[in-house]
Amino acid sequence: MESVGSIILYIVVALAMVVFSVLAVTTRKILRAATYLLFTLFAAACVYFMLDYEFLGAVQIAVYAGGIVVLFVFSILLTSRPGHNSERLSSKSRVLGSVAALAMLLISGYALLSRCALYAAKPALETPTMQQVGQSMMSTGHGGYLLPFEAVSVLLLACIIGGVVIARKR
Amino acid sequence: MDATLPILILAIPLGMFLVLGLAGYKMSHKMAGVLGCLGMGTTLVLAYTTAFTYFFSGSPEFVSAAGERLQAVIFNHTWLAFTDKLVIRLGFLLDPISAMMLVVITTISFMVHLYSMGYMRDHHGVFERGFQRFYAFLSLFSFSMLGLVVATNIFQMYIFWELVGASSYLLIGFYYVKPSAVSASKKAFIVTRFADLGFLIGILILSYYTGTFNFTELTSAPVEGLADVFSVSETTAQSVRSIFESSATPVFLGGSVLTWALVLIFMGGMGKSAMLPLHIWLPDAMEGPTPVSALIHAATMVVAGVYLVARLFPLYLMEVSALEFVTWVGALTALYAAIVACTQIDIKRVLAFSTISQIAFMMVSLGVARPEFHHGLGYMASMFHLFTHAMFKALLFLGAGALIHAIGSNDYTAMHGLRKYMPVTHWTFLIGCLAIAGIIPFSGFFSKDEILSSCLGNSTFIYIWMSLVAGLTAFYMFRLYYLIFWWKEHKIPEGHHAPHDQPWTMSLPLVILAAISLVAGFIPFGKFVTWNGHPYDFMAHFDWSVAAVSLCVAIVAIVLATAMYRKENDLPAKFRAALPRLWTWAHHRFYWDELYLFITHKIIFDRICRPIAWFDRHIIDGTMDAFATITHAASRAIRPLQSGQVQLYVWWYLLGALALGGITMLCLL
Amino acid sequence: MLLVPAMIMFCCGVYGFITRRNMIAILISLELMLNAVDINFAVFNRYLWPQAMEGMFFTLFAIAIAAAETALAIAIIINLYRSANNIDVHDLNKLKH
Repeated sequence: MESVGSIILYIVVALAMVVFSVLAVTTRKILRAATYLLFTLFAAACVYFMLDYEFLGAVQIAVYAGGIVVLFVFSILLTSRPGHNSERLSSKSRVLGSVAALAMLLISGYALLSRCALYAAKPALETPTMQQVGQSMMSTGHGGYLLPFEAVSVLLLACIIGGVVIARKR
Repeated sequence: MDATLPILILAIPLGMFLVLGLAGYKMSHKMAGVLGCLGMGTTLVLAYTTAFTYFFSGSPEFVSAAGERLQAVIFNHTWLAFTDKLVIRLGFLLDPISAMMLVVITTISFMVHLYSMGYMRDHHGVFERGFQRFYAFLSLFSFSMLGLVVATNIFQMYIFWELVGASSYLLIGFYYVKPSAVSASKKAFIVTRFADLGFLIGILILSYYTGTFNFTELTSAPVEGLADVFSVSETTAQSVRSIFESSATPVFLGGSVLTWALVLIFMGGMGKSAMLPLHIWLPDAMEGPTPVSALIHAATMVVAGVYLVARLFPLYLMEVSALEFVTWVGALTALYAAIVACTQIDIKRVLAFSTISQIAFMMVSLGVARPEFHHGLGYMASMFHLFTHAMFKALLFLGAGALIHAIGSNDYTAMHGLRKYMPVTHWTFLIGCLAIAGIIPFSGFFSKDEILSSCLGNSTFIYIWMSLVAGLTAFYMFRLYYLIFWWKEHKIPEGHHAPHDQPWTMSLPLVILAAISLVAGFIPFGKFVTWNGHPYDFMAHFDWSVAAVSLCVAIVAIVLATAMYRKENDLPAKFRAALPRLWTWAHHRFYWDELYLFITHKIIFDRICRPIAWFDRHIIDGTMDAFATITHAASRAIRPLQSGQVQLYVWWYLLGALALGGITMLCLL
Repeated sequence: MLLVPAMIMFCCGVYGFITRRNMIAILISLELMLNAVDINFAVFNRYLWPQAMEGMFFTLFAIAIAAAETALAIAIIINLYRSANNIDVHDLNKLKH
């Protein structure tokens, strides 16, 4: 947090993140909610970039923004009926939800403020190069992630098959 | 001797049981019957060959140089070897009594197989339902009984002992739609089972101390010099003997180990042989088809108890008190059953009580047998009586079956005057009656005379007692005879044809058995069967005074019966009026069944079982029910939480998470 | 510092999850919460153990699994929509019985 530029960037990203996530859950139109989600995800990707995790940021954009949000949009278009896009929320549930969310915020915020040094300087880091990331992911033994990688790949395969089976027309 | 023949003797009935039991329902009735008869006929021939070989071949395997008959173990297959000592074997033991029993069983069984071909169908010649099943069970019984008599060890005997019990159960309950038959079969099974408990404990005691199940080793022990006869080394015999003679064996309630073992084993015999007080099942067992009564409940299975005592007789000799127990149980039973038989109406029941009485004769005979007197005459007499009784009692039962078949009722009141209609049955039945009454020269005379002689050799009191019973025997048999065949015949209702003699399949066994009953007395039995294998010629020591007395008693009894029952008169009624109490008690079999019912229902069920059942139902079940109720109530209480609304679940989850988070924070700070 | 917006994002997710009735909207809220957690992993990794990569990899795999989960959830939603013609969670309680 040394340079002014980075502070400005932080403020912009943080604001975008907060505003868009609030909008995403409060807007009545579901398609708009998906759009706001997209912006929030971009903001999250920005956070990863700020943390010098470029690969992570790229994955965030590619998978979330590129894949999941598109899925959302597709499914919204598939399931929405004309004139039925918006939903009415009762004030009671809105109040209850706000209370729950605020309570959550209170507890976690208290924890955060009391335990973490908010303005800690980012420690120096030799940015993990793509080479390191790749080696780590493909190696076994200590610091290797081949097993979870394979597990995730099997999970994805199962997920593809499951999705096909579930959504198939009978 | 080659083992093929003995194996076949056992294998053919077993195979026949399997074939008829599994495939019988696919055969025609006649086919199944013919097959059963053929199987039994083959077994008969094989058993006769085996017995003939044993008695007459004179091979050193069977007869020692001194002329003693030996025990020969034809084969002894190790079946279950639990430990070095606890080995259960299945084998084939050939000695005088088992050879004799082979003959008796196969003869009677074959006769019954043949007879059933005619009996188990109605007057139009239609076979009864379950005819194949009947033959399958008969084969099973024959197999079990043969296995029992040739058992080489007491455990094998126990196995087959239970098998004959099971097949008896199946055959008594053959008419399983009749409630009385079902309850009779259950009664027979439960009573004998209770007795077999004693038998089993006896076996365990005996084998625990001696470390062997084998008859050859057990029975060789008691008397020195007997080891050769039982083909065992003298050292083995001595080791078994020393176990019983040593003072190390514990004494329980005043009896030695040997006494208790023998009395408990005899208890098994009491159950199977229907001795007092375990006799109650046999009269009810008459619910089974009559051929079954002839085979199982007169000739073969019920003498298993006698056979058991005879098999272990040398051991019993070691413990004379056990033998005296046998004597007294037998004597009481003989008198009891004879008195009851005088008052029964159902002809099969009369014969059943007569059977009990005659088996008791054999028991008494074994009980009084001592080597000192006539070389153990009682043993020989008992086996002889077993042989002759099997023949004439099977004859009487089959005759009764013919009558029942012709009349359709078990009561003599429905019969009367049948001698004109059924001459064959009449003459054969008369021969049976004369034989059992002990009239010379019928077979019963000889065997009964030997029994009475050996009783006299033991004690005069027993002799007089048993002579009295012999007189009663003659009396009730001739009462039955006159009531069935004499008196004025009933009017035959219009449209019914007169009762008539039976087809040849039923007549032939009657004639054959009558012939055997006529001449069997002249078999020099002592040459074949004695307790230690030494041939003994009884006729050389024939005691004419005993014979004359028993003959006189029998004739007096028959004359009395003739006077009372030859024609319808008021003598029996007067007699009854003179001894009203005795008659009523005897008619109700001295209320033994009622006593059993009282003990089981009023005492065991009400006083013991009910409280236990209450405890089970209210305390144990109650506790379990309380658990179930609590669980159920709890689940009912929390069921509304499972609303199906996902967001409600989230609420609960969130509340929990918040609470947890809050608590964690509070703890950490 | 970066944890604050993530925290707010998470609370928004909670709010949306509780209040929204459209299943897709609920799924969107879920994604918000997931992202907030992912950011946490990355931030802690970066600030506390800069030489290690565990947090980063955790986030990586979480993203992959989130993708899988979303795909499956959407398949289920479409199936539900086909059978019930409705994706309102309040009306979908047939599985209760």
